[in-house]
Amino acid sequence: MNTRTFLQKIWPSVPILLAALVITLLLLIVSDNSPLVTYEALWTGSFGSADRTLSTLAFWVPLLLCSTGLLVTFTAGLWNIGVEGQMVMGAIGASWIALRLSAANPAIPGWIIIPVELLTAMGLGALWAALAAVLKIRGGVHEIFGGVALNSLAIIFTNYLISGPWQPPEGGSFRGTQPFPQQALLPLLDPSRFSPLSLGLALLALLAVVLTLRGTHWGLRLKALGKNLRGAFILGVSSEREAILAMMFCGALAGLAGSVRVLSWFDSLRQSISGGIGFLAILIVLLAGMRPLWSLFIALVFSALLNGGTIVQLRTQLHSSLSGIIQGTLVLFVLLFGDFDRLFGPNQPQSEVMEVADE
Amino acid sequence: MSDSDLIKILASILAQSAPLMLAITGETITERVGVINLSIDGSMLISAMTGFVVALNAGQALTAAGIPGDTLPILAGFAAAALIGALAALLVAWGSIRLKQDQVAVGFVLTLLLADMANFLGQNFTHIPGPSVAHTPIPILKDIPILGPLFFDHDLLIYSTLLIVASAWWWLYRTQPGLQLRGVGERPQSAFVRGVPVNRLRYLYTAVGGALVGLSGAAFSLDIKLGWSDNHILGIGWIALAIVIFGGWHPVRGAAGALLFGLTKYIATVLQQSFPQVPVVLFNALQWLLMMGVLLMVGSDISKRLVSIAPEALQGPLSRMLRVAPPEGLGQAFLED
Amino acid sequence: MRVELQDIHKVFGLVHANRGISLILEPGSIYAVLGENGAGKSTLMKILSGFQKPTSGTILLDGKPAIFETPIDALQRGVGMVYQDPADFPPLRVVENHLLAYDTKFQLAFTAAADTLHTYAQRFNFHIDPQVHVDSMTLGERQQMEVLRLLALGADLLILDEPTTGISAEQKEALFNTIRRLAYEDQKTIVLVSHKLEEVLELCSEVFVLRQGELAGSLKLPATANDLVKLMFGQETERTERSPIDAGKSVLTLAHASFGDRRLTCESIDLSLRESEVVGLAGLEGSGQGLLLRAAAGLIPLKEGKLTLDDLPVEGKRSPFFWMPWVAGLFFLIRLVMLMIGRVSGAIVGLALLGGIAVAAILSATIWLISEILIVWTSESAYHQFQKRGGAFVPAGRLEEGLVPNLTLTEHMALVTPDHQFTVHWDRAETSIKELIQRYNIIGRPNSLVNELSGGNQQRTMLALLRNPLRLVLLEHPTRGLDITSANWIWDLFQERRLEGTAILFMSADLDELRERSDRIAVFSGGEMVGLVDANEITVEDLGHMIGGQRA
Repeated sequence: MNTRTFLQKIWPSVPILLAALVITLLLLIVSDNSPLVTYEALWTGSFGSADRTLSTLAFWVPLLLCSTGLLVTFTAGLWNIGVEGQMVMGAIGASWIALRLSAANPAIPGWIIIPVELLTAMGLGALWAALAAVLKIRGGVHEIFGGVALNSLAIIFTNYLISGPWQPPEGGSFRGTQPFPQQALLPLLDPSRFSPLSLGLALLALLAVVLTLRGTHWGLRLKALGKNLRGAFILGVSSEREAILAMMFCGALAGLAGSVRVLSWFDSLRQSISGGIGFLAILIVLLAGMRPLWSLFIALVFSALLNGGTIVQLRTQLHSSLSGIIQGTLVLFVLLFGDFDRLFGPNQPQSEVMEVADE
Repeated sequence: MSDSDLIKILASILAQSAPLMLAITGETITERVGVINLSIDGSMLISAMTGFVVALNAGQALTAAGIPGDTLPILAGFAAAALIGALAALLVAWGSIRLKQDQVAVGFVLTLLLADMANFLGQNFTHIPGPSVAHTPIPILKDIPILGPLFFDHDLLIYSTLLIVASAWWWLYRTQPGLQLRGVGERPQSAFVRGVPVNRLRYLYTAVGGALVGLSGAAFSLDIKLGWSDNHILGIGWIALAIVIFGGWHPVRGAAGALLFGLTKYIATVLQQSFPQVPVVLFNALQWLLMMGVLLMVGSDISKRLVSIAPEALQGPLSRMLRVAPPEGLGQAFLED
Repeated sequence: MRVELQDIHKVFGLVHANRGISLILEPGSIYAVLGENGAGKSTLMKILSGFQKPTSGTILLDGKPAIFETPIDALQRGVGMVYQDPADFPPLRVVENHLLAYDTKFQLAFTAAADTLHTYAQRFNFHIDPQVHVDSMTLGERQQMEVLRLLALGADLLILDEPTTGISAEQKEALFNTIRRLAYEDQKTIVLVSHKLEEVLELCSEVFVLRQGELAGSLKLPATANDLVKLMFGQETERTERSPIDAGKSVLTLAHASFGDRRLTCESIDLSLRESEVVGLAGLEGSGQGLLLRAAAGLIPLKEGKLTLDDLPVEGKRSPFFWMPWVAGLFFLIRLVMLMIGRVSGAIVGLALLGGIAVAAILSATIWLISEILIVWTSESAYHQFQKRGGAFVPAGRLEEGLVPNLTLTEHMALVTPDHQFTVHWDRAETSIKELIQRYNIIGRPNSLVNELSGGNQQRTMLALLRNPLRLVLLEHPTRGLDITSANWIWDLFQERRLEGTAILFMSADLDELRERSDRIAVFSGGEMVGLVDANEITVEDLGHMIGGQRA
C-alpha cells in the first residue's frame, strides 16, 4: 500500500479523533480541570517510565484476550455482553485452585499449578458463556439480557466469596481474599506486574483466531451465521451448535483473561476484578470494525489510556471514569460516522438499483 | 398483619415501582414506534444525576435570590432530566434513521458512555443531601377506605406516573395519532403508503419515550432513592427493558410488571430482615434471577406448557396474555422513497 | 376522471426503467397493463400512484398537471393503488386497519368505521368482520378490504397490481364483478397490472403492452390471445413441454402427518413421491401447502405421523444424552429430600437448610447446563438429516433464507462443500464455482457478493449450489418474479435432474405452471388436502374451484 492510499483510508478517522478530543476537552473545562495537566499526566501514567510501560502492557493482556474472543462471537453475530462475567468467573476459577489447592499443598510446583489454574479459569469462563448461549437457544432469552444478568450475578458471586467463604482469616475486609502463595502466581517481570507468559498466550490466541476465521470451515460457518442465521441454517450450518461453540470459545479466552488479572495484576481475588475490561473489549472490537490487527493496536492504546487514567486521578483528583468517556465517545463517533459516504454521499444504496432493474 | 398494614405495604410497593413504570412506559412507546433504545440504563443514570444536580443548584440559587421552597427546583430538575433523556434517545434514533447504523450497537455503546459521563460529571455531588418531592395526599379522596391510602396518599410524582401510564394506553389504543404510532412500528412501508410520516414519527416518539426515561431517572434521585452516588441506579434500565418484553409492549401490562417486580423486591427486603445472617450481597442476586426467569417465561415454551395445564376455556386468553409478538418493524430502518 | 401520462421517463442509476411512455385513461373503462418482468410496468404504476417520482414527464388529471410527492398526494387527487402485498397492518384489527390515517379525527371512531366498512362491503357482496385481526384473513379478503378503504377515501382511479395471484376462483369472480360495477356503474377508471392473458381478455376494454421500458403498443378488446402474445413478445412463445417419465421407487413419504404453526394446523396428511416424479402444491397463500413443504424438509416438526426419505425416517437424531436434564432434576429432588430428612431429624438447623437448597440448586443447574451443551452437540436437526440423505429445500426468500448476503459466491461454494477437512481449500472452491457460473449462466464473478446479483441470478445461484446426488428437491415458488424465458430455463434444468431420478415437490401460485409442470397436483384449502389429482386431467378452471374449497 503506498502512502497516498493509506492516507485516503485513514483520513475519515482524523475528524473522529479530533471530535473525541474536543468533547473530552469540553468535559475537562466544564469540570474545572486543566486539559494540559490532564493530558500530560495521561502520558506519564501510561508510557512515562519503564515501570509504567510494563504496567500498561500488563493491562493490555487481558484486554487483548477478551477482544480476541469477541472477534469470534461478533463474527457469529452474537452480542456477547457477558464477556465481563465470563472473565470474573475465570478469575474465580483460578482463585479457587490457588486458594484451595496450592495454599493447602505448598509442595506442588508452579509449573503444575499454573496450567491447572489457567485451565480451570478457561473452563469456568466457557461454562458461564455456554449458559448465556443455552438460555438463548433453549429459553429464547436474548444474549444481551442474559449477558447483563450473568455479569451482575458473577460479580455478586465474587462479593459473596470475598465476604463469606473466602474471607481472609484476619477477617473483616471486604476488599479481597488473602494473597495467593508465590508459586501459584504467574512468573512476573520484576518489578512490574507484567507476565510475559500471559502476553505470549494472548498473541497466540489472536493468531489462532485470525487463522481460524480466514481459513477454516468453522470460521466460514460462523461468518455465514453472523450474516444470515436462517440462510446459514438452510445451507446446512447447525446454528445452535456453532453458537454455543463460539460463545464457549470466547468465554474460555475471557476466563483466561480473568485468571491473568488475579494471577499477575493482583495477587488475590478482588471485588473489582474485571475493572470494566470486558465492556472495554466490546468497544475495542466495534472500533476496530472486527479487524484483528486493529483491535490489537487499539487495545494497546486503550490500556494506555486506562493506565494513565489512574495517574491522572492521583494527580488531578479527576474521576477515573474519564478514560471511559474518551473511549466511549471515540467508539460512538466511529459507529455513527464511520462510513462517511453515508453522511455526505448519495442517499441511495447500491442494492436498490439492482432490485428495480430486476423488478 | 392487619388490613391497614397490608394496604400500607401495597401503597409503598406502588410508590417504589413508580419510577420503573415511567421508564417502562417510555421504552414501550419507543419500541412501539419501531426503535430499540438500548441506552436507557445509562440514560437513566445520567438523568438521575442531572435531575439531582439541577434541582440542588436551582434550590441554592433560588434561596439566595430570596425564593425558598423545593417545588421550583424540583420541577427544574425533572425538566432537565427529561431533556437529557430525550436527547440520548434522539441520538439513537438519528444514528439509525439518518446514518443507517445498527441501533443495538449505538444504544449499547451509548449506555456505557452515559454511565461514565454521569459518574464523571456528578463526582462533586455524591452523598450530599438535596431536595426531594414533597408528600401531597389528595384531600377527601385520601379518606376513601382502602383506595384512599392505596392510591391517594402519595406525592405528585406517583399520581403523574399513574396518569402517564393511563394516558399512554389511551393514546396508543384510542386515538388516531396513537394508531399511526403503532402502524409505523408494525409495518412502516404500509404506513408510508398511507401518508404517515414514518421517520418523523419515529423521531418524535423516540424523544417522548426518552423523556419519560429521563423523568424516571430523576424520579429515583429526587424521590425514591434520594441523592447521587457513583452508579447510583446502575442496572435498573436493563430490568426495565426486560419488563417491556414481559409486558408484551403494552403500557398497562408493563406497569403491572413493574408492580410485580416491586413486590418481589419487597419480599426480598422482608426476607433479608428475617435472616440477617445471610450475606446481603446474595439478595442483590434476586432481581437478576427474576429478570432471567421472566424472560425465560416469555421466550421459551415453559409458558406454553403452563397454559396447556389450564382449563380449556382459559387457554385462549391465557396464551394471548403470555405470548405477545413484538412490533413487526422493531429495529428495522425504513428508507423513504 | 380522465388521466393522461405524457412522456414519462424514469432512470435508476444506469437502468432506464421507463422510456417516454404516454397513455390516456378514460373514466368508465377497465385497462390492463401487460408486460414481461422488467418491462417497466411496476415502475410506471408506482409513478402514477405517487410512490415514486418520474425523472421527467407529466401526469395530467382532467387536463390539469399534477405532481405527486407521496402516495397520499395521489390518493387525495383520486388515484389509489392496491399493492400485490396490500398496504395493511396484519397485527391490527380490521377496523383499526381501516381507520389508520383514514381521517383527521383525534379520537378513533370505531363504530362509525365499522358501519362504513359494513355499508361498502354489503354493496359489493364482501364479507368482512371488523373485529378480526388482519393476519387471520386471506390475501383475497385483505385485497377487498383495501379496495373498500380506497373507495371510502374517494379514489376515482384504482390500480390493481396482479390482483388475482393467490386468491380463490370465488374471490376472483367477486373481484371482477366489483371491478365491472365500479367501471360501468360508478364511472371509475380501473387499471389492472397483470400477466394473465385470459383474465385480461375476459375483463378489460383496452390493453397497454410495455416492452423494455417502452410502450410497445395498445389494443382495444375484444381481440385474440395470439394478438396479445405477439404484441408482448414480438412473437408467439410456447412453454417447453414436459416429457413423460416413468416414475421409479418411492422417495418421500408422509404418512398421517399432522403439523402446523401459530395460525394453521394440517391434520393427517398422506403424500408420497416417487423417483423422477413432479408433484405441484396448489392453494391460496397460507392454506397449508407451504407448511407441508417445510414439514417434508423437516423444518417444522410433525406432531403426529411419519416422514421418511428413501424408507428411512427423517426425525432428527436424538442425542444419546437426552436423559441428562432429568438427572439434574432428580439430583435436586434427592438433595431436597435428604435436606428435609436432616431438618426433621434435627441434624440441619436454621439457615443451613436454605444454604443446602441453594447449593443443590447451583449443582443441579450445572448438571443441566452441561447436559444441554452435550445434547446440542450430539443431536442433529431433522432438516440437516434430510439434507445429508440427499434432500434439498429451496426457499422463496432468496436473501432472507436461501443465501447469505455479504458472502461471496466462492464462500457459498465452500460453505456447501462437505467439510471432511478442517481448513478451506479456497482455490478448489473457486474452480468449482467458476464452473457453475458458466453452466448456470450466472452473471457474476466468484468474488461477487450474492446480494449484488439480480434476483434471477440469485435464483440460479441457489440452484447451482444444490448438492449432488440429489434425491429430492422441495421448491417454494421456484419461478416467482421471473419472466417466461428464465422460468423455462429453470424448468429445463429440473428436467435434467428428473432424468437423473430426482423427485420434485414444488408450490406455486401460478395455476398454469402447476398444470404444465407437474405429474400430480395436491390441492390445499384451509389446512386440508382437498384433492390429489392428475395434472393432465384437470383444467385450470377446476383447479381454481378446488383451491376455493370444492372437493375433487
